[in-house]
Amino acid sequence: MTAAAREEILRRIRAAAVPPAPEPPRHYLRHAPGTDPDDRPGTLALFAERLAEYGARVLRATDPGPAVARALHEEGARSLVVPDGLPADWTADWDGEVRADRPPLGKAELDATDAVLTSCAAAVADSGTLVLDGGPAQGRRAVTLLPDLHVCVVRAEQVHSALSGALAVLDPARPLTFVSGPSATADIEMIRVKGVHGPRRLVVVLLEAPSG
Amino acid sequence: MPPNAPRSRTALFVTCLNDTLFPGTGRAAVTLLRRLGVEVDFPPGQSCCGQMHFNTGYRRETARLARHFVDTFGGYEEIVVPSASCAGMPAESYPLAAVGDPGLAREVAELAPRTYELTEYLTDRLGVEDVGAHFPHRVTYHPTCHSLRATRLGDRPHRLLRAVDGIDYVELPAAEECCGFGGTFSVKNPAVSGAMNGDKARHVLETGASVLAAVDNSCLMNIGGRLTKDGHPVRTLHLVEILARTAQDGPLPGLPVVEAAR
Amino acid sequence: MSRSFLGWPAFPEAAAREVGNRQLRENVRRATHTIRGKRAVLAAERPDWEQLRDSAAAIKDRVLAGLEGYLLQVEEKVTAAGGTVHWARDAAEANRIVTDLVRATGEREIVKVKSMLTEEIGLDAALEAAGINARETDLAATIVQLGDDLPSHVVVPALHRNRSEIRDIFAREMGRHGRPAPEGLTDDPAELAEAARLHLREKFLGAKVAVSGANFVVAETGTLVVVESEGNGRMCLTLADTLISVVGIEKTVPRWQDLEVLLQLLARNATGERMAPYTSTWTGTVDGDGPRDFHLVLVDNGRTRALADPVGRQALRCIRCGACMNTCPVYERTGGHAYGSVYPGPIGAILNPLLRGLDDPQTASLPYASTLCGACNEVCPVRIRFTDVLLDLRAQVADGGRHPVERVALNTVGAAMQRPLLWKAAVKGAGLLGPLLPARTPVPGWTDNRALPDVPGESFRTWWKRNEGERA
Repeated sequence: MTAAAREEILRRIRAAAVPPAPEPPRHYLRHAPGTDPDDRPGTLALFAERLAEYGARVLRATDPGPAVARALHEEGARSLVVPDGLPADWTADWDGEVRADRPPLGKAELDATDAVLTSCAAAVADSGTLVLDGGPAQGRRAVTLLPDLHVCVVRAEQVHSALSGALAVLDPARPLTFVSGPSATADIEMIRVKGVHGPRRLVVVLLEAPSG
Repeated sequence: MPPNAPRSRTALFVTCLNDTLFPGTGRAAVTLLRRLGVEVDFPPGQSCCGQMHFNTGYRRETARLARHFVDTFGGYEEIVVPSASCAGMPAESYPLAAVGDPGLAREVAELAPRTYELTEYLTDRLGVEDVGAHFPHRVTYHPTCHSLRATRLGDRPHRLLRAVDGIDYVELPAAEECCGFGGTFSVKNPAVSGAMNGDKARHVLETGASVLAAVDNSCLMNIGGRLTKDGHPVRTLHLVEILARTAQDGPLPGLPVVEAAR
Repeated sequence: MSRSFLGWPAFPEAAAREVGNRQLRENVRRATHTIRGKRAVLAAERPDWEQLRDSAAAIKDRVLAGLEGYLLQVEEKVTAAGGTVHWARDAAEANRIVTDLVRATGEREIVKVKSMLTEEIGLDAALEAAGINARETDLAATIVQLGDDLPSHVVVPALHRNRSEIRDIFAREMGRHGRPAPEGLTDDPAELAEAARLHLREKFLGAKVAVSGANFVVAETGTLVVVESEGNGRMCLTLADTLISVVGIEKTVPRWQDLEVLLQLLARNATGERMAPYTSTWTGTVDGDGPRDFHLVLVDNGRTRALADPVGRQALRCIRCGACMNTCPVYERTGGHAYGSVYPGPIGAILNPLLRGLDDPQTASLPYASTLCGACNEVCPVRIRFTDVLLDLRAQVADGGRHPVERVALNTVGAAMQRPLLWKAAVKGAGLLGPLLPARTPVPGWTDNRALPDVPGESFRTWWKRNEGERA
């Protein structure tokens, strides 16, 4: 039946006889408006500013361990799930319970865990966006979804000025999650409420190489 | 001279609505243009641009009226129209109505750039903003949808108004919102049209103006009709009827006069 | 029993009823003005806004021009990535496919991500008839479902409801469908959102089957894209074992790179954000992460009919941002239900007739549900010329002979207008008759709300002849 439907739909499309269309123009900006894309400190500052606008916390650090520990401590987390491939030193300074997602934790276990710590695949300064692709230190999607606090370590060189740059390096074959601030809704009288289903709190540790 | 030959290079297309219901607009346009040195002619064969037909879906009829428009005005160098929505017809709508008639399409394309809405004609063609008008009353201005988004007059009418001597010009709140007229919309969807018009009338009253001006008498007829029905004494005037008045004319009878603050 | 727009009255009648509802008008006005303001700020932030719109319109036109090839590409890529592609000619066929897929899993309750297409085809009701309870999970869609209501906006389906109405719906209905609302629930939006979180969390954790739509399907990679704010989408797309995505054929975009245009425009236009909080993309299935079974149902349901309309096909560029309804003065007074479809506002006024044809008096009334003010043209991210399509549809209605009296009247007037002598006589007659006419003659529809202008004693042309004729 679906084969007949397929043929019929394709026949209707041909019958519609839509004239050819040219290649789309692409004269828009490929970087955040009003910025110099080569200005790295400016790009990182914009990323931090945009995240803060969403109500996400941003910690800038050169050493991930103490920053992660501080984030988890200040957010009151007592249990933490970590995906495969996460560098051991990221959790070295924290004294709470660490649960590895191996073998994979059940949904209920994830739901009962306070926080999740991951890296990311790319980030976007213009929109304060993190992108997770399920790669090493990021884990499967459920892991970053059910705990109420997401702590994400972003390396400075992963931050692109605008979406274009991030899309160019991402692999569409992987399941991608673009996160731009914590879960939110404005469905009730257009009043923004933070935190519906996804993690209600987001802390980004922006990791820069030690200077000098 | 052949009977149809123009007597001057500039024609006034007064529009059917102004001809029948708002002749004062046409008279003011003639007065003002003459004062600015434009010898304007009124080709008597003119009737209607066909907007009502076009907007209601009657394209063949519109094409016939487009043909009539071209025949009537084709011999003039420029055509001035005291209505933004009618002035937009040759450029906006005649090409769609002329689909399937390449001859008409060509003539329309040739005529459209020479067809000017009146305020556009004053600011762009004549290059004037201060037209020597005097109008000592409080005035607010409704930018009609066609003047905003079809003829794209921008702030031309505002500039002309602000340059009027003695005027107390006040901005209209939520000015860019449609008044709800929409031609046959007001008849086909009276409840919605009435709600939109009620909001527009309320905003007009908020300004305390004694005159509401616009560049389309159709919209003014809608808003003015509401104000009259509700018993408010606000007068509606086509912009040109303000621009045509001079200090010799004095204040418009029946309207409160504002202090000569300027 | 879920309500539907079946048998809905034509726009003028439905609109007149809605306009009389003061609470509704206030709710809609507040919501649309809020989004309008946020959108304006974020659109102004981009100096390349018009270039983005140019590109977006061209991308979607490219899709429409090459739709057959792009759909075949989607089919090939999704299949290669472990998904199964189904084709549905109409709503009934799409509903049958989804119902059979859910039945095969043995599940009786499933979760859904807000999808306008599944609203359009009435999927929830079809599943209900098959004994399957489909629970909406988007907050607004939950409000609509729990309230046995109908959506009134493509982005914010419960935009017509205010907080106290929502509180009442939650307090009354949640317990009948799962976890009840907390005792003493107030109308604070944060508390209401929390009640929804608690009510839905047990459904997410227990759901084995999820149904979604998609904002975009990338042809070159077979990737589906869902944009959302709350995380309910992520829950459905990630936690279920079986995912069924029901997508209109026009949602295709040619290239992965096209998302850099469309995602930026969508968020800014829809909600006044640079990016929505969550954008999920997936290509088929992935071992150990997310659903094991993935089905993509490609739905026509009138889209090829719209595609065949040379002027109207531009409506298929629509990315459902809702900016046209947020800016529409008619929608602002009527809300969405007046349009008798899940697609209200300017896009509804053109899309419904294009998808369903003009034979039904309800769809035939929609092209007239506009003053042609053109505000929608200015905000559309894919440059749909709403007024062009409205006018073309009106011409189709008129050509179809739907308004015989109007046609005769306009033809008669038009004929006189082309004959100078006849027209002159008519105008003069109006002038002469003017003083004799009762000043406030009632005109149906017009004089309920406004007075008629006084008919002047002399037409312009009579004045001209009297004063200028001699001059020449």
